[in-house]
Amino acid sequence: MVSRILTIAAQEIRIGFRNRWILLATLILAVFSLALALLGSAPAGTLGVDRLTITVASLASLSVYLVPLIALLLAFDAVCGEIERGTLLMTFSCPISRPEFLIGKAVGHTLVLTFALVFGYGLTAGLLVATGTGSLSGLVDFMRLIATSVLLGLSFLAIGYVLSALTRQAGTAAAAAIAAWLGLVVLYDLALLGALVANPSGVFAAQVFPYAVLINPADAFRLFNLAALGANDLVGGMAGVAETLPFDPALALASLAIFAGLALTVSAVLIRRITP
Amino acid sequence: MTNSTLTVQSITKRFKGQTAVDQVSFDLKPGERVALLGHNGAGKTTLFKMILGFLKRDNGDISVLGSMPGSSPARQGTAYLPESVVFPAALTGEEIIRFYARLKRQKAGRALELLERVGLAEASKRRVGTYSKGMRQRLGLAQALIGTPQLVVLDEPTSGLDPISRQNVYQLIGEIAQQGATVLLSSHALTELEARTDRILILSKGQLVANDALGSLRAQAGLPIRLKVWTKPGAAQEVADQLGAGKMNGRSVELDCGLDDKVRTLSAISALGPLVEDLDVHAPSLDDVYRHFSNTAHKGA
Repeated sequence: MVSRILTIAAQEIRIGFRNRWILLATLILAVFSLALALLGSAPAGTLGVDRLTITVASLASLSVYLVPLIALLLAFDAVCGEIERGTLLMTFSCPISRPEFLIGKAVGHTLVLTFALVFGYGLTAGLLVATGTGSLSGLVDFMRLIATSVLLGLSFLAIGYVLSALTRQAGTAAAAAIAAWLGLVVLYDLALLGALVANPSGVFAAQVFPYAVLINPADAFRLFNLAALGANDLVGGMAGVAETLPFDPALALASLAIFAGLALTVSAVLIRRITP
Repeated sequence: MTNSTLTVQSITKRFKGQTAVDQVSFDLKPGERVALLGHNGAGKTTLFKMILGFLKRDNGDISVLGSMPGSSPARQGTAYLPESVVFPAALTGEEIIRFYARLKRQKAGRALELLERVGLAEASKRRVGTYSKGMRQRLGLAQALIGTPQLVVLDEPTSGLDPISRQNVYQLIGEIAQQGATVLLSSHALTELEARTDRILILSKGQLVANDALGSLRAQAGLPIRLKVWTKPGAAQEVADQLGAGKMNGRSVELDCGLDDKVRTLSAISALGPLVEDLDVHAPSLDDVYRHFSNTAHKGA
């Protein structure tokens, strides 16, 4: 079982390297994080906070947008694209179970994403440490960011598999993936913000809002990272929420993990039902 | 019956009220090369998907190597090449064969020898994106041959190939069958199947309308042999009169005769001596036989 999962995973990684997907994702993450670190954190010196920590706070906000996008782009093709190309028929006629196939894809894509994150963000961290503006504690924050980004990516990979298994055409799946990204990452926050502004002291703000943040993987990711940084004063905005939450921010991490697990389970159920 | 590679018993599949496969039964033995014929939408691919366990049947029974279709032992012994597969263009032929060898739990070394057998040894390190259509189809065949399967199911293995590539494909199919595997292939390029298959199944509107060797199908169909007699200039009328039948056509006379009449008619023609310049004999081709069986089935229904 493990060897078949690893076979599928290795194939995905090989394809990722070969068609330069990994290179592209790494480059995007490196360019954006470098820009944030070098240009965006000019006021850090006066605050007396580790510059690496500041950068991690900015990168957390960057990850919320980029990591789901990269994950969805990696995943949307996983099932329907293989149906279209006929390779799924061939793979499924081999002695491999469908959940094994899906787990293999997830492992491969997660490793691709991890590679891009470690090298893309790592470049920035390395630069900051080398120039003497980063410290060891900042490095811990940095590792936490990468680990949680991987978890965030896994959640959106699973969303991508669900969409891929539901639609039979790669084009439809791509559109659905972009819609999912817009909805969960951009519009969801805007809607919450709008509701909050409309009624800042009502039942919604006190009782619904914190949980609404919790169940969206993108928001849960941001919440956990900013709370863990203790960087509320620095980045303001949504991070201030952490202090007024009716629960421990660690719950946000649990929510992220549960979301990823649930979405993967749903995609595994769906792939058992499809006829390639 | 126990040594059958594949047994299909009165299976039926309906899609939203339409019957795609209707009460189809057949039985394949080891070493047989069997062609499944039918026009587009006749139910060939649906039948294949049920044999492979991808589609549930509404009625009937399928036994693949004595097991349920889609079960682990069935998949272990079955190889499948779908119609028009597009392999990941960024990978090399060798990488793709290694991948499927691992999935089928076979040694990569022996699987890679298959690339040589299908004539892709030199191209094995090249990206599949650079392959021609015939090379990709041969790569697909190499994939299907990994681990000496007992049942090889090929969905239109020669569609879109040039005559030389087709010949290569049939040569390979012959080799596979010689090793004891059953080959079930679908096609609508009929003429190329003559002499390359042991048995022919004809599927028409979901029903199996023929299941026999080509020779017996010809006899069953009772299609006439068409003779075309080229005559000396101006002698066409005389020849037609002498033979007692036939359509006149300038310098030639066409006539049909049954199989049992063939020799008698031929000797009558040769008795005409100098009046005849040349003679063409058209035995009914597989196309004719196929048309006969699928048409009579429709009229009967």
